[in-house]
Amino acid sequence: MDIHEYQAKELLARHGVHVPRGGLAYSPEQATYRAREIGGGKWVLKAQVHSGARGKAGGIKLCANDEEISSAAEAMLGRKLVTHQTGPRGKLISRLYLEEAVDIAQELYLGFVLDRKEERVMIVASAAGGMEIEEIAERAPDSIIRATVDPGVGMQRFQAREIAFGLGLEDSLIGKATETIFSCYQVFRDYDASMLEINPLVVTRDGSLVALDAKMSFDENALFRRPEISELRDKSQEDPRETFASDRGLSYVGLDGNIGCIINGAGLAMATMDMIKIAGGEPANFLDIGGGASPERVAKSFRAVLGDKNVETILVNIFAGINRCDWVAEGVIKAIREVGVNVPLVVRLSGTRAEEGRKILADSGEAVIVADTLAEAAEKAVAAWRAATKKKAA
Amino acid sequence: MAILLNRSTRVIVQGFTGKIGSFHAEDMKRYGTKLVGGVTPGKGGQTHLGLPIFNTVKGAVRETRAEASIVFVPPPFAADSIMEAADAGIKLCVCITDGIPSQDMMQVKRYMRRYRFEDRMRLVGPNCAGIITPGQALMGIMPGSIYLPGRVGIVGRSGTLGYEAASQMKALGIGVSTSVGIGGDPINGSSFKDILKLFEQDDETDAVVMIGEIGGPQEAEAAIWARDNTRKPLIAYIAGLSAPKGRRMGHAGAIISAFGESAQEKVEILKEAGVIIVPTPSSFGDVVADTLERTKKAA
Repeated sequence: MDIHEYQAKELLARHGVHVPRGGLAYSPEQATYRAREIGGGKWVLKAQVHSGARGKAGGIKLCANDEEISSAAEAMLGRKLVTHQTGPRGKLISRLYLEEAVDIAQELYLGFVLDRKEERVMIVASAAGGMEIEEIAERAPDSIIRATVDPGVGMQRFQAREIAFGLGLEDSLIGKATETIFSCYQVFRDYDASMLEINPLVVTRDGSLVALDAKMSFDENALFRRPEISELRDKSQEDPRETFASDRGLSYVGLDGNIGCIINGAGLAMATMDMIKIAGGEPANFLDIGGGASPERVAKSFRAVLGDKNVETILVNIFAGINRCDWVAEGVIKAIREVGVNVPLVVRLSGTRAEEGRKILADSGEAVIVADTLAEAAEKAVAAWRAATKKKAA
Repeated sequence: MAILLNRSTRVIVQGFTGKIGSFHAEDMKRYGTKLVGGVTPGKGGQTHLGLPIFNTVKGAVRETRAEASIVFVPPPFAADSIMEAADAGIKLCVCITDGIPSQDMMQVKRYMRRYRFEDRMRLVGPNCAGIITPGQALMGIMPGSIYLPGRVGIVGRSGTLGYEAASQMKALGIGVSTSVGIGGDPINGSSFKDILKLFEQDDETDAVVMIGEIGGPQEAEAAIWARDNTRKPLIAYIAGLSAPKGRRMGHAGAIISAFGESAQEKVEILKEAGVIIVPTPSSFGDVVADTLERTKKAA
């Protein structure tokens, strides 16, 4: 789960990381009021969306007076910010964050991630801040400093100190940098973060160390014990199709194709989507219906998939182990009758009670295209989609 | 004896009396697994499904001489249960639970290192389908009927995609020595490489099917190990060709976050290491049959 920049900064500030003075605004008036609260003569207005690369997309503006703040706020609020990370749909700007402008002497990069290879927390730092880490890795690979922390014993002071010296900072800043790195690790660990990135971490002209931006993501599996983090969820930043599905306990990821997918198991779901692609189609979504798929759950999945107006065909692929194909078949019929499925529907049932399931589909009299194998299911779905779109075009 | 599990392995269930634990305990018993008891704190001394319940894993081990444990405990408490099994002298622990926090798993891995290698428990999972040695024993949630006993090993992250592979093989009369689900989490007990090492030492396994997916370095590590250390054919499929970067695809570990983690990049790395690639998820059966045929001819 991602959170906003201002939320991440609040968390970090509470644990001793220095951030610029700033305030949240929902309207141009509020933004100008915040400027007066903060004081000074230069501010930065920042669109709060769950994405990096906001500057290039027009989501960050330097302002010198009320008029500039007000017109920049007006231009941002209610608009969708499209960056290379948000995809073409973009993300809605409904919150703004106004900050005092900082006199930058040097930009650094500081990041914390879960290192799957070492099974530890990895710290990545570079004196070439301001660029994205991929860019740093390409343009200044030698500037990257890495360290891993064993969660059993936690981060040691010397590790933070080594990074601080590695960044080539002046002696007067070593103590501050060590504290900052150490505090970031504490926040990462104490809140079950999966990613924490400060880019840039800046050295100011007056010799302080400030987190100018902050990005954080959290381990969704740990949210049960982090209610203060769950509260920071902003559904306006999510794909509405995904919010609908996740509110109903379904694992769904929206994509850009036309063939809607309802499948049990994440691996089989990915494999079925691959098969659709190989057969010449494009999947509209990933949906794992999970174990224990009751008829109600199947009907819910149809609602989630059909909520995407781009869906022109649906493919159901179930390999039942703990699931039961007869229940799934009942769910399919229930969905056709209650939800209304006005696109071609291909169903493949395999495993526990597959025979019974197929019989329920055949006896229902509903227009269900049945497939026996994975390949056949994907081919039939793509063929049905082609026929349907041709009919629509004619 | 295939790997990890056979008909004489003495198994207990942690989270025995819960709905899911009970359901699968019965299923495993029916399949022929030597189930000797279960653990549910607070219900020690009672019986369930005709088997004794214990308050602690140590108690269960003392009374039943259990050597393996399967964990169905809910995510907030699962890491604790795994560590309890490790401390009680369990040799093999399969954790089915989905949704354990990553930091808990880091802690588990760290905790297990306190034991000498020879005494250290082997963990399989979490968030996995478990282990089956067809015709002998089941320590998991897979449908036993789709596996034919035989001489091909299977190791995969995904449950249902593993079923797909096994059933395609069964349709062609190809059987399985042991199938191991290592799970879809970013941090797991046994890696692909760990399981490949076991198959390499097993006289009853002639070839191995590895079912991977996007995210993480494990498939590539396994392929490179296999290139340098085994002559048994390694056949692999990587799911997630159509997965976009940065989006988690169901499994907590199925997310492309670095170079070499997309399906295309992994397939390239595997090919270079000499792994036989299953090009589509509908050709598991054909590729395995073809590989076995060619190996036989070469021999």
